[in-house]
Amino acid sequence: MNSTNNAEKPTTAELVERSLAKRRASEWRFKQMGRASVAVGIIALLILFTQIIGNGIGAFRQSFVHMEIEFDPDTLGMTEVNQEQLALANFDGIVRNGLRELFPEVKGRREKRELYSIASYGAGFKLRDMLAADPSLLGQRVSVKLLVDDDVDTYVKSLRAGDPYEDRISEAQRKRIDKLLESGALRLHFNTGFFTSADSAEPEQAGILGALLGSLFTLLVTGSLSFPIGVAAAIYLEEYAKRSRLTDFIEVNINNLAAVPSVIFGLLGLAIFLNFFNMPRSMPLVGGLVLTLMTLPTVIISSRAAIKAVPPSIREAALGMGASKMQMILQHVLPLAMPGMLTGAIIGMAQALGETAPLLMIGMVAFIAEVPAGITDPATVLPVQIFLWADSPERAFVERTSAAIMVLLAFLITMNTLAIWLRRRLERRW
Amino acid sequence: MNSWVLIVLMAALCATIFVAGRSRSLNVATGVGGTRYLNSLPFYYGMLSALWAILPALVLVTLWKIFDGQIIEHIVISELPDDVVFEDASQRGLMLNQIYNIMNGQLSADTAPAYLADSVARLQALKAHADLLVSVLVVMMMVGLGGFAWWRINPQLRARAQVENVFQLVLLGCSSLAILTTIGIVMSVLWESLRFFHAVPITDFLFGLEWSPQTAIRKDQVAGSSSFGAVPLFAGTLLIAGIAMLVAVPTGLMSAIYLSEYAHKKVRAIVKPLLEVLAGIPTVVYGFFAAITVAPFIRDAAVSMGLDNYMAVTSESALAAGLVMGVMIIPFISSLSDDVINAVPQSLRDGALGLGATRSEVIRQVVIPAALPGIVGGVLLAVSRAIGETMIVVMAAGLAAKLTANPLDSVTTVTVQIVTLLVGDQEFDSPKTLAAFALGLMLFIVTLALNYVALHVVRKYREQYE
Repeated sequence: MNSTNNAEKPTTAELVERSLAKRRASEWRFKQMGRASVAVGIIALLILFTQIIGNGIGAFRQSFVHMEIEFDPDTLGMTEVNQEQLALANFDGIVRNGLRELFPEVKGRREKRELYSIASYGAGFKLRDMLAADPSLLGQRVSVKLLVDDDVDTYVKSLRAGDPYEDRISEAQRKRIDKLLESGALRLHFNTGFFTSADSAEPEQAGILGALLGSLFTLLVTGSLSFPIGVAAAIYLEEYAKRSRLTDFIEVNINNLAAVPSVIFGLLGLAIFLNFFNMPRSMPLVGGLVLTLMTLPTVIISSRAAIKAVPPSIREAALGMGASKMQMILQHVLPLAMPGMLTGAIIGMAQALGETAPLLMIGMVAFIAEVPAGITDPATVLPVQIFLWADSPERAFVERTSAAIMVLLAFLITMNTLAIWLRRRLERRW
Repeated sequence: MNSWVLIVLMAALCATIFVAGRSRSLNVATGVGGTRYLNSLPFYYGMLSALWAILPALVLVTLWKIFDGQIIEHIVISELPDDVVFEDASQRGLMLNQIYNIMNGQLSADTAPAYLADSVARLQALKAHADLLVSVLVVMMMVGLGGFAWWRINPQLRARAQVENVFQLVLLGCSSLAILTTIGIVMSVLWESLRFFHAVPITDFLFGLEWSPQTAIRKDQVAGSSSFGAVPLFAGTLLIAGIAMLVAVPTGLMSAIYLSEYAHKKVRAIVKPLLEVLAGIPTVVYGFFAAITVAPFIRDAAVSMGLDNYMAVTSESALAAGLVMGVMIIPFISSLSDDVINAVPQSLRDGALGLGATRSEVIRQVVIPAALPGIVGGVLLAVSRAIGETMIVVMAAGLAAKLTANPLDSVTTVTVQIVTLLVGDQEFDSPKTLAAFALGLMLFIVTLALNYVALHVVRKYREQYE
């Protein structure tokens, strides 16, 4: 190489100088890409939450129509208040009479039928319950507030939101509703029914109590099985097991089970619990058993971590004082590892609470309009209820689905907060 | 006898025997000069007697609960009049159902053949007798074995060692439950799949291009033909999982890099748990979100861009399901990548920085290559999750089994078909329902293989720096 060439070739310093701007720009771009990625996640979370809350907040309020009702013995076809007559009485008739009083001008069959559809299909049952509770009402006039049909309710709420949804009600009906709204006879109240009743085919009567209790019973079964079994398995693997083929195999199995898709557990539940053991469908007991098998790996893995975190010196001190291995474990290791185990168990339960797919397969999609009273009653659970409502064509179910999601998320957040609180509060540093 | 009564009775007996055993050991101890001359503490003597009483009884009751129904049904069926003959098992099942329905009052006894009334009476009597019999047997066994253990108590008895052996066995049993569950999964899925492959050749299933699992109820029914070619399902699954990965891998990886390499500690402390909230949201919520918000939005966007002139645009689309699933998987990828990125030793970064590299160059040319095996393992785990995910696709991807690469079209996946084939009441002798188990078997094998490889890669890589 000669000197002229050398003069043309830039020095390293010059090379670096030239590329520096480019490198800095690329550095900046890279960092912004990182920022953008984080933003994507958080924006997705925000959109999800605002959508759910925006859709669901309406379900906590419900339209009621305030009107005068006469418990007219003739219309009801009752002479006295007893079980038999209550069952046969025409309560829908007095609801209709009340509605006709509000709009005396309505004539013609179609018009009347439309008018009657303002009140919910279940309005008569409420009056029946009123009369059953207070027989002296027979023959009297009282003012009551009755549930309104879901189409009317949807219209009223959409009106307040400034975007009237009028597809399912006629022009004349809309005028009637507007008149009721003006006179204050049609008002929104807190929707207690949503928290005190079970599923229903009529959106305005559908509530989540049944699913909530179903979830509770299912979790009860899951928790009372998976926690003790998981802890026992963790103790064995951490304290007793020597490395052998068997324990290796158990370990591999636990890790694999933690990653098996949840539908597969549904297949297992269907084939073993329902087909082989002939257990009935749709029970929290079977659901709880399936979820137990699903959450067990989570509980075992976290319990093992908690046991591992207890320092060996504690064990040695206990053994040195003459405790047996079982005493050492039950009286020293377990109490110290308990917070970590509980945290793991709560997190596992939170997973179980949100699980849907395996429960669909063991029949918890059944339409159940009764509130379950125990673990062997047919029931559905919150996520499945959400799935069922999401599938329903009525527009009013959209807000109920979102509201049910809000309840489910509230539960999950409570459980996770509890887990974090427990960990903070009981955590020990050695 | 009511099973609750039996449980309470067993618990009470167990407690009594424990107390008796404990006090007998105390009695024995006074004879030899105090409890310190006993081999074990009095508690262990009580415990040992109680275990002797309760464990065999529990085994007996469990076995009984599993098999009593079948034994009693067998007796009832075998005592039917001789002219009632069953051609196959399903007729037998039908007959039993009839008997049960009459017993529960759901079916009037008047319309059924007269001999069924006898069967119902016989069944009720047998059930009552059997329950009483097993209760008496359990109580006798508990008293007998518990009494035997009680009688054996003496100062030399190594009660503690024996109790601890039992304790250890119970613990072993609990941890073997994982194996049992795996066996249960394999058996239940494999068994029904084999039955399916009897009816449908396995090659048709694996390589067939058409999926329409309708089966004829009658032989001459229109549209009764069915085909079980699973390729469209595999294609749909891969399409959705692919879209999800396209969203989740870059976003998750870049988030992890940003949070572990760039972000301030305080930012990280807030943002990381926020991202992890995404992982804790139930999938049914994502499904609802995808179906109600994302899918219509995508369809409207595609229609307004005029894409519907060129390809199918449906209200349930692979894109909607894939996008939302991708969002769900972001925290999964980011926390796994975060782990492996943090496991790369600081000295590597310092060396590169010392040579004058910018931060992004260090990350791209040093950290990522060093962490690559771990990241690949994490991505494989995420793929297996995407393949196994059910609710989002059930609610947002549709049911049409189509072979298409168009993300705006509706597709169906393996998990969706498993659920739709099995929801509701069904009989387990048609290929239609058995097909779900064959799909389950495929899903299990694929996800198991993915997980196995991924766990190995992740673990092997982690050990390198330790």
